[in-house]
Amino acid sequence: MRPSREGSPWTGLWAVVTKEMADHLTSARMQILEVLIALTALGTVYAAVQEIRAVIGHDPFLFLKLFTVNKDPLPAFVGLMGFLVPLVAIALAFDAVNGEFNRRTISRVLAQPIYRDALLFGKFLAGFFTLAIVLVTIWLLVMGLGLIFLGVPPRGEEVLRGLIYLGACVFYGGIWLALALLFSVVFRQPATAALASMAVWLFFTAFWGMIADVLAPVLRPVRFGLPEEFLAQIQAALALSRISPNILYGEITLALLRPEVRALGPLLTFQLQGAILGSPLPLSQSLMLIWPHLTGLIASTILLFALSYVLFQRQEIRA
Amino acid sequence: MQELVIETKELTKRYGDLTAVDKLNLKVHAGEVFGLLGPNGSGKTTTILMLLGLTEPTSGSVKVLGFDPVRQPLSVKSRVGYLPELVGFYDDLTARENMIYIAKLNGLPRREAYQRIERALKQVGLEEVADKHVATFSRGMRQRLGLAEILIKEPKLIILDEPTQGLDPEGAREFLELIRKLKGQGITILLSSHILSQVQKICDRVGLFYRGRMVLEGTVRELAREVLGSAYRIRLEAQGSPEAIIKALKRIPGVQEVSYQAPDIYELRAEEDLRAEAVRAVVEAEGKLRGVMVEEPSLDEIYTRYFEKGGVEK
Repeated sequence: MRPSREGSPWTGLWAVVTKEMADHLTSARMQILEVLIALTALGTVYAAVQEIRAVIGHDPFLFLKLFTVNKDPLPAFVGLMGFLVPLVAIALAFDAVNGEFNRRTISRVLAQPIYRDALLFGKFLAGFFTLAIVLVTIWLLVMGLGLIFLGVPPRGEEVLRGLIYLGACVFYGGIWLALALLFSVVFRQPATAALASMAVWLFFTAFWGMIADVLAPVLRPVRFGLPEEFLAQIQAALALSRISPNILYGEITLALLRPEVRALGPLLTFQLQGAILGSPLPLSQSLMLIWPHLTGLIASTILLFALSYVLFQRQEIRA
Repeated sequence: MQELVIETKELTKRYGDLTAVDKLNLKVHAGEVFGLLGPNGSGKTTTILMLLGLTEPTSGSVKVLGFDPVRQPLSVKSRVGYLPELVGFYDDLTARENMIYIAKLNGLPRREAYQRIERALKQVGLEEVADKHVATFSRGMRQRLGLAEILIKEPKLIILDEPTQGLDPEGAREFLELIRKLKGQGITILLSSHILSQVQKICDRVGLFYRGRMVLEGTVRELAREVLGSAYRIRLEAQGSPEAIIKALKRIPGVQEVSYQAPDIYELRAEEDLRAEAVRAVVEAEGKLRGVMVEEPSLDEIYTRYFEKGGVEK
């Protein structure tokens, strides 16, 4: 048996977190992204308000429409966030560890009385908090604009659904943050790490849906034309597509911000018996729909972080 | 015997097939300046990383200030200052901000940290540029900032990896002068270098590394005696009959070799400082003495000679 290490692995963690956050919040990179995001928030919300005024009269969830309604050619706010959140998250972490190596600061920092754990986790937390700050700001911006343009206050449930959506956005970003952090441990060049992260993101955004559709008939072929076979195939395609965090995020958004959505998969007629079509689900039921999605997002974030942790611990620190 | 600051026993580090450090037994006493010398890739940096617990030894044991760097890295790292080779800083922060970060990582209380930072900046002569971005700093200033950063820990032991690397001769001289001052404050210093002549002057003892082994250890004079066979070289300039002078010089007890280097220039090798005897011998041989000079042996020479003699096979 080996005697345990001395002291806490989190010694110095907050020093790392505050320093990294200060770096993030003052860096030119973040300022560009913030402007970009503020502009898209303003643009999409303004467009959505125009559309809401013209088309929708008395919706009980008027405020949530701010997030989901789009007016061509602009996509809806949630759609844009699907792109921007990964972008911000990747920008926050792609040079986290390799940057320290390239600046030759890593040995200097690790020669201080801290463990590597504190450095890596501190960098992750700093990115996560920065992301959260950015997203909370945008969320408040959207809600505030909604108040001004719509002229009605949101109801409690709308605020609650909006807040949960906000939380989901942060965790969706967490995955990309952990991925970029992992690549920053694996690749010595920050540019390579950034490209690799973008490649993964593009793969899931553009190609994974197609691949899932191709794979599903192979895994669950329709041999006799039975309805069960069709159903099995659709469910296989759905399960496969849900490997992509983008799909998970999309479904979470759908269930949270459009309360009338009752299921995220195929619904059979007998399942709809007794249901009043078009009536909204209570929040607790919408949450039930996306609970597996949320845990999936968080679990994969933790997995990715654990992987980068193991790799980082094994790395030789000599430059 | 003084207190041991560093002690390694059969310390070994292997990377796959390559043995970077091979059964190293190193002892450094409190208050001395010890030089790890040797060509690049001879295991100096690996040894240093193991002393700090930044790399785990394959086998053997290390004790630094009485702590085991593998099991008690925090205790070691809070008492030992380490300046890595070609140290890097956060270029978009000022010198002071860089130091504040390090002070925070060391868990120093704010007020105490600020005082120590001021003191350290003054000590290395950077107080005027403390609020400038490090991006504008020259190599020499960075090196001094690195030293200042170490000083805020108030360390008992300072480890410097190739501290004169990339410095011009003047910068290197100034930096070594700083190190000498630290020694005066009773701090033990371990430094590594491949430029032997530069560090020779400030090291009390040196260890010569070759392919992961410490092949020679001791004071420069001891090494010279062991490798060159004679620690002193005395040059004499004298007019007179060369035969008579050489004969007289050879007669002095303790002289190992006398050579006639150029007209009126003689060189003798000896284990002791025989200047006085040599002068008398020249005068007795009716030579006219013009000058006498003693040359300290240089590490470069010791090193070269050691390998010429096939010391590697030893």
